[in-house]
Amino acid sequence: MPGAASLVPPVCGLLLAPLLLGITNRTKALIAGRRGPALLQPYWDIRKYLRRGAVYGDVTSWVFRLGPLVNLAALGAALLITPFGGVGSAVSFSGDVILLAGLLALGRFAIVLSALDTGSSFEGMGASREVHFAALAEPAFFLALATLARVTGSFSLTPIYQGLSATIWLGALPALALVAITLLVLALVENTRIPVDDPTTHLELTMIHEVMVLDHSGPDLAYIHYAAALKFWVLGVLLVGLAVPVRSGNIWLDGVATLLGMALLAGVIGMIESAMARYRLAHVPQFIVGAATLSAVAFILILV
Amino acid sequence: MFPLLDTVHAVGLLTCFALLGTSRIGACIRWLSFQGILFGIVPVIMHDGGLTIREVFLSAGNIGLKGIIFPWLLLRLRARANYNREVEPFIGFVASILFGILALGLSAWLALELKAALKQAPFVMLESSIFLIFVGLFLIISRRKALMQVIGYLVLENGIFVFGVITVVGTPLLVELGVLLDAFVAVFVMGIAIFHINREFGSMDVDQLSALRG
Repeated sequence: MPGAASLVPPVCGLLLAPLLLGITNRTKALIAGRRGPALLQPYWDIRKYLRRGAVYGDVTSWVFRLGPLVNLAALGAALLITPFGGVGSAVSFSGDVILLAGLLALGRFAIVLSALDTGSSFEGMGASREVHFAALAEPAFFLALATLARVTGSFSLTPIYQGLSATIWLGALPALALVAITLLVLALVENTRIPVDDPTTHLELTMIHEVMVLDHSGPDLAYIHYAAALKFWVLGVLLVGLAVPVRSGNIWLDGVATLLGMALLAGVIGMIESAMARYRLAHVPQFIVGAATLSAVAFILILV
Repeated sequence: MFPLLDTVHAVGLLTCFALLGTSRIGACIRWLSFQGILFGIVPVIMHDGGLTIREVFLSAGNIGLKGIIFPWLLLRLRARANYNREVEPFIGFVASILFGILALGLSAWLALELKAALKQAPFVMLESSIFLIFVGLFLIISRRKALMQVIGYLVLENGIFVFGVITVVGTPLLVELGVLLDAFVAVFVMGIAIFHINREFGSMDVDQLSALRG
């Protein structure tokens, strides 16, 4: 359904994604008893990086420069096919479920290549960990989406999410609850939140994502931070669209309910980060395999 | 009625996966207690019209024994033996969870095959009971410490109990209570045996029993 109105959700995402990070950081600060950074701080950070010049090492090639751009482009495209709760996505076709996973993987692949291109052993280590965890997280993602596809009988994200009404929820309560938990864990894993990785640490041996972008600077770093915010938004919308089954048919009501859900999700993630410690690196695969198990159980529950 | 059974089924599956993936014995015993209570209420949910004293008695007996007394005995034994973790199982925890997924698929298939023969049995409980039996057997063969094997035995017993409740409609109460009593005696004897093994050898690692060969 092309048209100007269908572009509202993606534009919303583009504008509001960094705000989610602001809400999460603010929640963490409030729980820790600090005032914390401004809600709009992620926007100021991105603007600051954009104004600076980029520094490129002598040993890096065009791969290094291409990485952040491809990543941002992939996430932007993912935003176009992600439905906003009951409100449809801008572009929708059968099989876009696979494309979404592919776009997320493409963005990750580009960042990993640009990290490897620096030749730094430190960044190579981060890339290796990122790919290791992503390889475990992808089956969980596919099984979760396959369960949703099976429940709603569709293979395209927009009909899947438009079909997730309260009656469907009651019919398949255990399976959908498991999928929701899986998607929450995946949001934590893919966005490098706390039980898996600490987004605030620098130069620590356990970090995963931050270590890959150590050599990026200026606009490249701005693109990476902005793309991370978009990823947070895309995975958050997938979860909130499931967890907030408001399907009144009125686009405004559905949209506002999903927006409130997103703000709530950012707050909940802030609370999880405040309440938990980061797992030891060796325990992270168990955590992700656990999430994959939940979605596998959900899939088997719904299959028979 | 059936959404409730679905929920018991899903939560029951999760307790099995928790047992497969947990190394702390205390946590395992608490999961087992929770599982006993969860499947103990199945007879009450399953009654079709007219809740008789029989179902209530069966439920109460099961919950009391598997939810409270067995866990209490096992926790006491664990404290006596001063033993907190299954350190190196024969099959690792991630591999155990992967086995669980395979076993779940297999039990779904078996339940589909059995469905035609057992028409009155709700499908989800059939699947649950077969899965519990698989997980119980797997825990018995894959864990090194005798206490975890008792836990596996009790998971197996849960599976057999659920299978009996859903498939055999007119079992006399006396027979059901007799089975419960058997399980009670078995756990009691195992507890005493483990305690003596532990005191004699300073360990309850069953792998070391092979050192007893003459």
